[in-house]
Amino acid sequence: MKIMKKVQAGTLQSSDLMVFLEPAETLTVTIESTVLKQFGDLIRAKVDEVLAKHGVEAGEVRITDRGALDYAIEARLETALMRAEG
Amino acid sequence: MADYKLRRSLLYVPGNMPSMLQNIPIFNCDSVIIDLEDAVPLSEKDAARHLVKRFLMQYTDRNKELLVRINPLDTRWGYEDLKVVLPAMPDGIRLPKADTPEIVERLDTLLTEFEEELEVEIGRFGILPSLESALGVINAVGIARSSQRIFALAFGAEDYTASMEIERSRGGEELFNARTRVLWAAKANGIQALDTIFADVGDMEGLRAETELAKRLGYTGKCLVNPRQIEVVHEVFAPKQHEVDYALQVIEAIKRARQLGTGVISLGGKMVDAPVVKRAARVLRTAYAHGMVDTLIDEEAIHGAQ
Repeated sequence: MKIMKKVQAGTLQSSDLMVFLEPAETLTVTIESTVLKQFGDLIRAKVDEVLAKHGVEAGEVRITDRGALDYAIEARLETALMRAEG
Repeated sequence: MADYKLRRSLLYVPGNMPSMLQNIPIFNCDSVIIDLEDAVPLSEKDAARHLVKRFLMQYTDRNKELLVRINPLDTRWGYEDLKVVLPAMPDGIRLPKADTPEIVERLDTLLTEFEEELEVEIGRFGILPSLESALGVINAVGIARSSQRIFALAFGAEDYTASMEIERSRGGEELFNARTRVLWAAKANGIQALDTIFADVGDMEGLRAETELAKRLGYTGKCLVNPRQIEVVHEVFAPKQHEVDYALQVIEAIKRARQLGTGVISLGGKMVDAPVVKRAARVLRTAYAHGMVDTLIDEEAIHGAQ
């Protein structure tokens, strides 16, 4: 799928995350997290997995994480992708 | 209804808050109602249903009943809620504004369609209708009979008082007729009746008094807005040890009576006959569900051999 417009999803409450998506020529992923040191790689892996599942090849993806678990990362990113499509 | 499932405490959990959803496994309530309706702002309906779906899909080691309160079916979100959440296999759907039997029948049909699509047993998803308007309360009897999926009726006082254009008081006198009507409809159909929420989380004495009233009337459970309310509600609904002891004595007494060829006997100066035995049996079933007695009372002990 293609990121058609600038959107966001999620909240900044603890255990949650905010996802910001913007159309772009290439794919960039930036992650900011309260637990970046310990879990940065795992968050990145989850984000990459969801983007790949949805066939996202271009766009600016920014994540501000507040200690979210995998299911929340997946749900918020999916919601953002759906919003970016329509 | 040979279903003695305990539903003393049904805790609402907002559907768009990961920090609350993640705690569901550790709450010691009997059921949770994950809320996609009032707790979720209109702009976040899509986000909440996907969050709930992802949460339920990874919550495989389930330790309590999981219900989802969808948005009413006449809104643009209700159907979409079902479509996204049902594949994650909740136990049932709490249907808000179940004002008429037709609304519940419509949900029943939709659930059957989803069950066919998901290739699960027909009847897998239960329905808990919320009677929360004057119309819903008037139609309670028809609603209770409108679907085999209904395991209980829930009374919702917040919306009910709004529909009546009245304030909800601490004593709850204004709810008396509605509470009773919901109970009659439930009891006449052999299903449970679940009482409304108590919104003041700081007022534990008020919660206790209201729960005691609901129990005296015949309700077997209550909906909750905060996990701190669980303990009080469980305390109120637990049979007291002296009630259990007395119920056991009643069953022993009626057994002796039957051996003597009669259906009535005196126990401590009080008459014991069929209705007394029935009430004792109910206490013992609840006690069994609470783990206070080891065996579930059988039909022969209640009614005698044919």
